Amino acid sequence: MPDYPVTVPHMSERTEYQFSPETLETARRIIQRYPEGKQKSALIPLLHLAQAEFDGWLSPGAMDYVASLLGLQPIEAYEVASFYSMFNLKPVGTCVLEVCRTSSCWLMGAEDVVRHIEKKLGITAGQTTSDGMFTLKTVECLGSCGTAPMLQCGADFYENLTLEKVDSLIDKLKSDGRRKVYTRDEPITI
Amino acid sequence: MAKKLLLEYDHVPGISTLDVYRRHGGYASLNKALKDLTPAQVLEEVKTSGLRGRGGAGFPTGMKWGFLARPEGVPRYLVCNADESEPGTFKDRYLMERIPHLLIEGMVLSSYALGANTSYIYIRGEYYYVARILERAIAEAYEAGLLGKNIFNSGFDHDCYVHVGAGAYICGEETALLESLEGKRGNPRIKPPFPAVAGLYGCPTVVNNVETIAAVVPIVRDGGAAYAGIGVGKSTGTKLISASGHINRPGVYEIELGVPVEEFIFSDLYCGGMRNGKKLKAVVAGGSSVPVLPADLILKTAAGEPRLMTYESLADGGFASGTMLGSGGFIVMDEDTSIVKNLWNFTRFYHHESCGQCSPCREGTGWMEKILHKILDGHGTLADVDLLWDIQSKIEGKTICPLGDAAAWPVASAIRHFRKEFEEYVTRPASIRDVKHYYRLHSMAEA
Repeated sequence: MPDYPVTVPHMSERTEYQFSPETLETARRIIQRYPEGKQKSALIPLLHLAQAEFDGWLSPGAMDYVASLLGLQPIEAYEVASFYSMFNLKPVGTCVLEVCRTSSCWLMGAEDVVRHIEKKLGITAGQTTSDGMFTLKTVECLGSCGTAPMLQCGADFYENLTLEKVDSLIDKLKSDGRRKVYTRDEPITI
Repeated sequence: MAKKLLLEYDHVPGISTLDVYRRHGGYASLNKALKDLTPAQVLEEVKTSGLRGRGGAGFPTGMKWGFLARPEGVPRYLVCNADESEPGTFKDRYLMERIPHLLIEGMVLSSYALGANTSYIYIRGEYYYVARILERAIAEAYEAGLLGKNIFNSGFDHDCYVHVGAGAYICGEETALLESLEGKRGNPRIKPPFPAVAGLYGCPTVVNNVETIAAVVPIVRDGGAAYAGIGVGKSTGTKLISASGHINRPGVYEIELGVPVEEFIFSDLYCGGMRNGKKLKAVVAGGSSVPVLPADLILKTAAGEPRLMTYESLADGGFASGTMLGSGGFIVMDEDTSIVKNLWNFTRFYHHESCGQCSPCREGTGWMEKILHKILDGHGTLADVDLLWDIQSKIEGKTICPLGDAAAWPVASAIRHFRKEFEEYVTRPASIRDVKHYYRLHSMAEA
């Protein structure tokens, strides 16, 4: 469940929602995994594709588009998107830093990591930097308890974090400048 | 050296590829089952093995399979629960990342026993990169004829697909997982009907944890009796333990069930003892949901017997002095850890992850979080500790799914075993400031 209230975002730069031919092909392949008439099963995987392709978040337009691909009512996409924490229902930065805050990461210093990033970027958790480069989120257990503390950015896990490693990661992400999404893995080494 | 059945080859370079996996005996169990065994014989081997669900509940797998309804003309499904979200647990990720073909072989084998021609691996969305590893492995398996039509010329057809979730702890509950797999919100279903009768798309379905399905591979290879020969009593075979927290060697360890807890924590074969020479304060032995135990009770039972890593020994004494093996998420805390603050962290987690269907869980988890927050802010009273106890007792057993119990047990056990610490916090708030890692609770809570 998202940490923020589910409201219709007031800003949306896109007016057109259309997957690229390659993404459309991926979507078709995914839909075929489910039996005839059960294409709704593809909703979550397709919302992932939409979030990756449409600027890292799901605007109502993006969700309507996914619903139309699957022959669903828009509300079916909204209610699902608002349930799962990986879907962003408001605009996010180019790189979303998701710091695990649960249990072992907590014991091993997740708070220090969060405070360090907040100080370095001049934002608090939940906010986006004014240049639109970084959004900082705190998230629940990501299954890296043995390599705590950790953060996720796009598909990549950054583990056994030290404050120096965090600095180096942020610098590299900044100089790289590309959007990091779950659906593609392009690891940045630190 | 302890016997390894799942992670024997986890450090072999290239073991994630089909070629290397097969050179180390991979897909031999599948070959054996499809050539020499009937589905009923595979099921019988699993029953003989005594294998119990490795996701946390510990329910006998053979019995669960035996419940599967088999109406004519209705497809049956196997769904692998790879939604690993229990705080402290990371074994399934390790297994899938290192040896994806072990899971895939287990999926086909189990599906053969169950008569399922389609299976899905439901993996949590945050493990997207692991999903890609699995998809690559599945593509290799199709190419080699290990998935698809007429596998090993047996006439058995099977398709296996990976399905990614999108971040919800509740989807590890099997009926919530099925809802999610059908493209809906992850709200657990009211049971009965159980998935064995009406599961995915209303069809008979078995949902098993990654490790459970992987364990079917060595069971078929060596026979159920050989598997049952490992371990103690009804805790047969090996178990993956995810060890984390204040220890020298965190990581995933495959243990033969029955290793003494003391050996597991202090031996260099496993956790390697406490980090920085600190003293052991408490352990959460089976993922965040199980009761926390203080050092003396985790090492020895109330009767003074050495505590073993088995379902029975860890549960010895009931909740008064015992805990559970759960998912094997073994979280170790040293003497500097604040139990109250750690509990607040867990409770915030459950509040965040409650699906909101049942009032006791939806409201109660939030109340418990608020009260713990108040205590940690230095404004708690002795009545708050009693109130916490009261709330947890009214969540446990009163919800559709076990998330309510999972939220209640850590609170109950922390108060039961560490009441003094709570009392200290409410009667002498200055003591809270002495605790390491006491920083801005607010922004962490609201972010």
